[in-house]
Amino acid sequence: MTNPVDVLIIGAGASGAAVAWSLADTRMRILCLEQGDWVKSTDYPSNHRDYEARQLDAFNFSPNRRKSPVDYPVNEKDSPIKIANFNGVGGGTILYAGHFPRFHPGDFKVRTLDGVADDWPIDYRTLEPYYAENDRMMGVSGLAGDPAYPPKQPLMKPVPLGKAGGALARGLNSLGWHWWPSDSAVATEDYEGRGRCINLGHCIGGCAQGAKASTDITYWPAAIRAGVELRTRCRVSHITTNDAGMATGVVYFDADGVEHFQAAEVVIMACNGVGTPRILLNSRSAQFPDGLANSSGLVGRNLMFHPYAAIQGYFDEPLDGYRGPGNCIWSQEFYETDTTRGFVRGYTFEFTRGRGPVITGLSGMSSGRIPWGEAHHDAFRRYFNRSTGMVAICEDLPEAHNTVTLDPELTDSSGIPAPRITYRLSDNSRRMLEHAVARGSEILRAAGAYEVNVESPLAVGGWHLMGTARMGTDPARSVVNEWGRSHDVKNLFIVDGSVFVTSAGVNPTSTIQALALYVADNMKRRLANLFD
Amino acid sequence: MTPIIPIANEQPWSSSQRTTLRLLAGLMIPASARHGVPGADDEIIFNDILNTLAPQAGRVSEMLRDLDAFAGQPFATLSAAQQDSFAQTFRKHRSPGLMAAVSATVQCYYRDDRVMHSLGMEARPPFPGGFEVEQGDWSLLDPVRRRSPLYRDAP
Repeated sequence: MTNPVDVLIIGAGASGAAVAWSLADTRMRILCLEQGDWVKSTDYPSNHRDYEARQLDAFNFSPNRRKSPVDYPVNEKDSPIKIANFNGVGGGTILYAGHFPRFHPGDFKVRTLDGVADDWPIDYRTLEPYYAENDRMMGVSGLAGDPAYPPKQPLMKPVPLGKAGGALARGLNSLGWHWWPSDSAVATEDYEGRGRCINLGHCIGGCAQGAKASTDITYWPAAIRAGVELRTRCRVSHITTNDAGMATGVVYFDADGVEHFQAAEVVIMACNGVGTPRILLNSRSAQFPDGLANSSGLVGRNLMFHPYAAIQGYFDEPLDGYRGPGNCIWSQEFYETDTTRGFVRGYTFEFTRGRGPVITGLSGMSSGRIPWGEAHHDAFRRYFNRSTGMVAICEDLPEAHNTVTLDPELTDSSGIPAPRITYRLSDNSRRMLEHAVARGSEILRAAGAYEVNVESPLAVGGWHLMGTARMGTDPARSVVNEWGRSHDVKNLFIVDGSVFVTSAGVNPTSTIQALALYVADNMKRRLANLFD
Repeated sequence: MTPIIPIANEQPWSSSQRTTLRLLAGLMIPASARHGVPGADDEIIFNDILNTLAPQAGRVSEMLRDLDAFAGQPFATLSAAQQDSFAQTFRKHRSPGLMAAVSATVQCYYRDDRVMHSLGMEARPPFPGGFEVEQGDWSLLDPVRRRSPLYRDAP
């Protein structure tokens, strides 16, 4: 038995860090339990000669490939899209690209605008100040004036256009289609003690320079200075409750596998759209036989990814290759609903820069473009430094049959049931992907590509985990209320992507963190009657 | 200067397995006098490949047994022309062991100093030196700046 705390946060990733920092000014005793470790920047792949190999191994975004002692396995056999995550201080922000788009205003009102899914119980204007606050904390670069968005003011100049961005921009302009420099959580100037981006080229393996905003170097230092305790290698098994149906704390395993109970007045879940339902479902009891906070039966349901298409073009002229942040420009020409396209909602194109020699070789040999034997060298040189392309991030609509459940057999090393993913790609998503592949190929041809390669849906692309404990005002149709509190358990809150009602067609980290700050602000304003 | 990479003391490979793996590496990426590069069967690169593959020795050993069976005799005893012919067909099987061998070969080959220099790269990790990327021509944005808002406002 450890000393009780006022607030216990589970998970030290994007949302856990933001909510911890925001709540710190209450001077409550706040503890965060994180199953992973701090990551040393000297361990990141780009410190080493074998940087591309390390990105495929110890810093692989698939927990099933990484198999670190701090990871939990995921049964993803029944899903065409595989889970990506990172367990450690910083969570998914350690291995994300730092793409930082906001939702559009219409993304919060999809039922009203397009007659599908549900409206969110909050809107863009409500979140706008939290988006701005989060941008300041993370340090976001970009360029004001994007016609795809309401006015907003990035803090630093955009990431460079480079040769790749220039070629793509000329292609997009020839088609008359929208593009804009990507909002990026990448410091392009020295910022708050972080060095500016020096174009290492390996953002998704972790940024050795510290230019990319991961929460271990943004929110956490500030939260810890303000008195928050962060305890690593603590793997939460389940949340405990009392006869009144209130959460009393959590049971967790430390690095040695020793079980502990941590008492808390308030519990906040920040474990992502797979980890959060996993713990809630594993917290079943006589009082909560279907898992905690699950009277609606919606915990673990409505899992949304963003189905991705990867579209790569090969060019005659040298481009940026292995240099520069992966982030470059985006296009939201096909973001808003146009039913003549054969689907509802839309997608963002995010243009990526290039590839290193190992990835060029592996992808070329896998596709057969780069042969074995004498012809290998000429073929390799034809592709190396001469490719660029994009991913299409398609909005996924919530469907109750897409689920996170507990695997009846598979467990992590602490004996906690592993999550099992059941997911089907919808017809709407398939049509959207087909449209994106066709339009993306047009862009590359217009930019001068002589050959285009497509992978759709991108199997490894389960980076964004959303919807499995959705937000709403109706307890029968949602898990948490409009400010993140469980309908069933009045001292239990959720601040990660689980609460998303819909997914939009953009990376979710900016919105996840804005929501975490918004929930924290609501908690602070209601401290006197938080459980009413 | 490419450092000599010693073979780790506890290697799981038999002599015949090393021979066959080295033949395969050379068939995948042979030396090229025209490009001034060694093959993947170069001693330094091959030692790196062996070390890299050691954790996957089980599946690679299985692949090597399959290769011998596919060839109808020890692969290493075939003529060079036969080895090339069999390897080109065998690669299409895409067994886990072969995929591991290809992956390790490519990883180790393209981090060799001599190979990186031949590609115009500095033989160093990206950090701390970083790289230069040109800002580019932001006037390309002018036609986009003139567009009306694309987003739908919401009630």
